[in-house]
Amino acid sequence: MTLKRIIVGGWRNFVRSGLISFATVLIMTVTLSIIGGLIFLSAILTNTLTVIQDKVDVNVYFVTTAPESEILEVKTLLETLPEVRLVTYTSREDALTMFREKHAADDLTLQALNQLGDNPLGATLAIKAKDPAQYEGIVKFLSNSEESEATGVLIDRINYYQNKSVIDRLTGAIAVTEKVGVFVVILFAFASIIIAFSTIRLAIYSARDEITVMRLVGASNMYIRGPFIVAGIISGILAALVALALFYPVAYYAGQTLSVWLGGFNIFNYYVTHFVLLFSTLVLSGIVLGAIASYVAVRRYLHI
Amino acid sequence: MIYFDNVTKRYYDGTPALEDVTLSILPKEFVSIVGHSGAGKTTLLKMLLAEDRPTEGTVFFDSEDVHSIPKNILSSYRRKIGMVFQDFRLIPNKTAYENIAFAMEAAGREDEEIASDVPYILDLVDLGSKGGHFPHQLSGGEQQRVAIGRAIVNQPDVIVADEPTGNLDPVNTYEIIEILKKINELGTIVLITTHNKGVVDAMGRRVVTMERGRIVRDDAHGQYIL
Repeated sequence: MTLKRIIVGGWRNFVRSGLISFATVLIMTVTLSIIGGLIFLSAILTNTLTVIQDKVDVNVYFVTTAPESEILEVKTLLETLPEVRLVTYTSREDALTMFREKHAADDLTLQALNQLGDNPLGATLAIKAKDPAQYEGIVKFLSNSEESEATGVLIDRINYYQNKSVIDRLTGAIAVTEKVGVFVVILFAFASIIIAFSTIRLAIYSARDEITVMRLVGASNMYIRGPFIVAGIISGILAALVALALFYPVAYYAGQTLSVWLGGFNIFNYYVTHFVLLFSTLVLSGIVLGAIASYVAVRRYLHI
Repeated sequence: MIYFDNVTKRYYDGTPALEDVTLSILPKEFVSIVGHSGAGKTTLLKMLLAEDRPTEGTVFFDSEDVHSIPKNILSSYRRKIGMVFQDFRLIPNKTAYENIAFAMEAAGREDEEIASDVPYILDLVDLGSKGGHFPHQLSGGEQQRVAIGRAIVNQPDVIVADEPTGNLDPVNTYEIIEILKKINELGTIVLITTHNKGVVDAMGRRVVTMERGRIVRDDAHGQYIL
């Protein structure tokens, strides 16, 4: 019964505080939007990371005389390594076809190719690792393994060391961007949480006389605090719903335009497919934020 | 019933708000505490309500030391005392009905009890038709009457009114005092502080005079003597 009274009291409190409640919901919407933004940002970063990593690979070029069966043995061997994600075999013939297509407009190159008569290209294995940091290990494996006495003869060159500096810088850049991006957003989230706290404290400050009266009339601490916490929670939930509603059109319009820039990642799709995650995170954050802020703010006036 | 035993209250800089106040109040009494502003009247009431602690001395309510009541029970102690303030202190975003009902809710009373008692109280203080008004829609006298209604709704042992007529005109002052007298006749101790000479003189009841934190006079049928 007391709980019912607290909830009803809290709701009435919220509604009758009119403009103050409105301001509180507005501020909390900003805070929750930033948190929602954090979710999107992390999804974008993860996706970008995956896309970039996917573009990095190591190519092993075999001598033209290497027999296909032995090359395929090397491929199988590589696939057993836990660091290796994918190994793609391109035969000499396929390599030649791709070369011709690539230089279709370049008559001089094509003529030179024809004059050679024989296929100058060797077969290649394109290796993709699960983590750019692991390429070094894979290449060492190729160079050092027992088999390399046999395979060493087969391998013409490995383009890793030429690309190594690029790969290293890429790994570094990705790590830094991740850290900086997340740090900045967390900073913003923190700042806006503090602002939300202050707004709620302001709202409760204007009720400080009320709280004193309630104490003097003999209401228990819980009975005094309860309605304010309920009002805070209501603000939080409303703010979450507004933030979610705002994200919809923003994601829709940004989705198409940004997807090219983000390497095929469509924000709107993400919004729709992860709606439950977004909804629960924002609503929960709103409730926690509203409840804690109210609790702390009332505490100041409850000292006996 | 209420006993102040050598109560002294000194603030940090040594100034005494109360000095050696010994006062006992018996059931069914109507006591007016008078004195200039700053004489210590409000401080005395704060001691009773445990809003503040005495530097020395003890305050007894029903033979119990008020300041040794554990904090979680303090709220139920305060319900035994109905407070009325000079500035009414109603909750602004609750109606008159809800203000009075709040006191009952805080005491954990059932909805049916509240639904039957509050209208009765509103009638008692002559506000039967104005239960749905908010404080800012009521006059000063009406607000004070709501405050009194709130103070008596839990049938407390004592009504303490701190300058209850301070913000009211003479007509309203008279009405409020009449209500307080009525409540006293029904058996409740009424303790008021005031510096309204007319009220005190017309009452002809016990008058305790305070000056600079001390009690200087205590007359059973007193007058306000400047």
